[in-house]
Amino acid sequence: MKVSDIINSLDLELLCGQSGIENEITGGYVSDLLSDVMGNAKEGQVWITLQTHKNVMAIASLKDLAAVILVKGFNPDEDTVKQSNQEGVPILRAKENTFEIAGKLFQLL
Amino acid sequence: MHFEFEIEAGDFSKLGFASSQLKTILKQLLGDHKVIRRVVVALYESEVNVVAHAYSGKVIIDINTEKIEIEIDDKGPGIEDIQLAMEEGYSTASEKVREMGFGAGMGLANIKNNSDEFYISSEVGVGTNLKIIAYLK
Ligand SMILES: Nc1ncnc2c1ncn2[C@@H]1O[C@H](COP(=O)(O)OP(=O)(O)OP(=O)(O)O)[C@@H](O)[C@H]1O
Ligand SMILES: [Mg+2]
Repeated sequence: MKVSDIINSLDLELLCGQSGIENEITGGYVSDLLSDVMGNAKEGQVWITLQTHKNVMAIASLKDLAAVILVKGFNPDEDTVKQSNQEGVPILRAKENTFEIAGKLFQLL
Repeated sequence: MHFEFEIEAGDFSKLGFASSQLKTILKQLLGDHKVIRRVVVALYESEVNVVAHAYSGKVIIDINTEKIEIEIDDKGPGIEDIQLAMEEGYSTASEKVREMGFGAGMGLANIKNNSDEFYISSEVGVGTNLKIIAYLK
């Protein structure tokens, strides 16, 4: 499954990082603790979080994650958007909270 | 090959510069090598610790055909009990740092898990020194 597939299936809003929408998805990871993601997320996973600052994209890029889903309609910071575009790691916005969107993604994968 | 980077403490907007540079350099040298993700994770967590806990720091990287060696040296408060600091979950991070999602107390453990050799020394009131070694084979 690709990032573009989950955008359609889960009705997510593609905010930035368009060049990464063909990234292949291997799974998902849910955490708002950055060093937890650093230690435990795996390449190709989609990271669901409520953190909106730029370091999210640094971590997503260093770990080669497929995409980041921001929950509850949150807005990424301006420099977060910039880095998402530079690195080609898409940020997708969900209306749902973490529990709901993680459940939907889990079922889809 | 030899590289050096300065780290400014307290400035979360520049955080990750050295690790992102290292990733680019290693990709050019090694292509798609599994050592790359390990050392950039270890360096990123070290950068976070300088920014979150120290006053200023320096990263020194040496790469040869056998191994990648990274030293992170900071001026800062130092660590009184290194064994305790290494425990997962122990953190003295400030409220501001925690709000950003740092301060889980997992950084030093991540560094250790992502290096082949890891050395830490610290002097209270002076600073902390980390050495990370990862072998290419
Ligand atoms: N460079 C440093 N200078 C001073 N103290 C440090 C330094 N690095 C780590 N420490 C101390 O060791 C503790 C544990 O560090 P560790 O990186 O494991 O967790 P953390 O930085 O608190 O949180 P996390 O890394 O999960 O965001 C820190 O809270 C701090 O008290
Ligand atoms: Mg840390």
